[in-house]
Amino acid sequence: MAALCAEPPKGGFSFENCARDRHQAGQIPFPLARYITYKTTHHSIGWGECTHTQKNTNDNVHMDGVVLGADTRATEDTVVADKNCAKIHYLSDNIYCCGAGTAADTEMTTQLISAELELHRLNTGRIPRVGTANRLLKQMLFRYQGYIGAALVLGGVDTTGPSLYSIWPHGSTDKLPYVTMGSGSLAAMAVFEDGFKPDMTREEAMKLVRDAIAAGIFNDLGSGSNIDLCVITQGKVEYIRPHEIANQKGVKQGKYLYKRGTTGVLSTEVKKVEFDIIGTEIRRHQPMETQ
Amino acid sequence: MSILAYNGAAIMAMKGKNCVAIAADRRFGVQAQTISTEFEKIFEMGPQLFVGLPGLATDVQTVFQRLKFRLNIYELRENRRIKPKTFMSMVSNLLYERRFGPYFVEPVIAGLDPVTSEPYVASMDLIGCPMETNDFVVSGTCSEQMYGMCESLWEPNLEPDDLFETISQALMNAFDRDAVSGWGAVVYIIEKDKVTKRFLKTRQD
Repeated sequence: MAALCAEPPKGGFSFENCARDRHQAGQIPFPLARYITYKTTHHSIGWGECTHTQKNTNDNVHMDGVVLGADTRATEDTVVADKNCAKIHYLSDNIYCCGAGTAADTEMTTQLISAELELHRLNTGRIPRVGTANRLLKQMLFRYQGYIGAALVLGGVDTTGPSLYSIWPHGSTDKLPYVTMGSGSLAAMAVFEDGFKPDMTREEAMKLVRDAIAAGIFNDLGSGSNIDLCVITQGKVEYIRPHEIANQKGVKQGKYLYKRGTTGVLSTEVKKVEFDIIGTEIRRHQPMETQ
Repeated sequence: MSILAYNGAAIMAMKGKNCVAIAADRRFGVQAQTISTEFEKIFEMGPQLFVGLPGLATDVQTVFQRLKFRLNIYELRENRRIKPKTFMSMVSNLLYERRFGPYFVEPVIAGLDPVTSEPYVASMDLIGCPMETNDFVVSGTCSEQMYGMCESLWEPNLEPDDLFETISQALMNAFDRDAVSGWGAVVYIIEKDKVTKRFLKTRQD
């Protein structure tokens, strides 16, 4: 069976092309390839304990949570590859993660950790903690010495309350009240440094994140298009995509369609698609009512 | 120039009204020297599912063979046709497995859902970062030209015949501005009840 089955049976990375690719790179004096990257303003912010007085009772309820935000531009060198990509990734029901850097790495790393967290939840019977997700991510990234180019902003709410981490491709992490990542992080951090307060309401926090992402979109070339937000509170997640379309596309004024028959065709081949017959029904003809 | 541009290719896919189209050039060359003008870059992965593989020709064929193998195993195990989105994950996983020694292909996927007939297009970079869109995807050595053509010609809800003209003209006018792709083209229009394959008359220089 092993001889027939050429595919490697195990998971994980395959390095079988590496030697060949190095060889090819030597023969042809060019760089190997470019990847799609997220040069982005993936940032997010935590908002502190804001006290709301509910109408019915006089209890003070602590409304704690985090707001994650991201733009939606993906680039391949200077070309905009995707104008509306989703950079806020699901990790678990109470944890989400923004990704900047190499797009495939942020996508696959978050998927992998999401699966690990789900297994952890099933094994322990507890809601996963943000700290657990942070440790899983940093240990994986550290193991790959920075070659997995994922720069992440991790946010969520667990039994310890809301928390927010930034995770670097080499595996170092920060736990802070407000963090930014990606090429637009400088523009975004400027807005945070100016506007952050420890005790913000949900609306204030959302507005601040919106402004920070917008600063990235309009001042950093690697960031652009729309603003996505993800608001996580105890037992509730609001994934708002898009929260705001920062750059509305204009309406085409003219028709640029080619007339049918413009294109020269050498030959045509039509293949009918066969359908599976799921069931047939035979009905008796009903005589008309003449009464 | 990277080895992604060693052989030359141009592939795009577009959504229409209850239909999708995928088109590619037919050239196989080694840098500036043309070897063949009948090279297959679009592969049938189901009655209404196609994958286009632009990039290094050796990897185009290897990736196709490996994908076909995985697809056959999937369909034997599940005893049903694969959904385009599931197939996209399959391609993505195959490519990301080789994250540090990649295949030099940037796939384009086009198809209709086998149950709902929902149009689907997606593309990927060479390490398998998926990108699903609602309009069109492009990939190959003249992707910048193709982006320009698609961005101006494409509009929503095109009928199959209009979609054919749009994708054909978008592709031809793009690769005519690229030295290493062109020399013939093929267009597939995928509809609910049929798939139409057309070879185009193009410049031969």
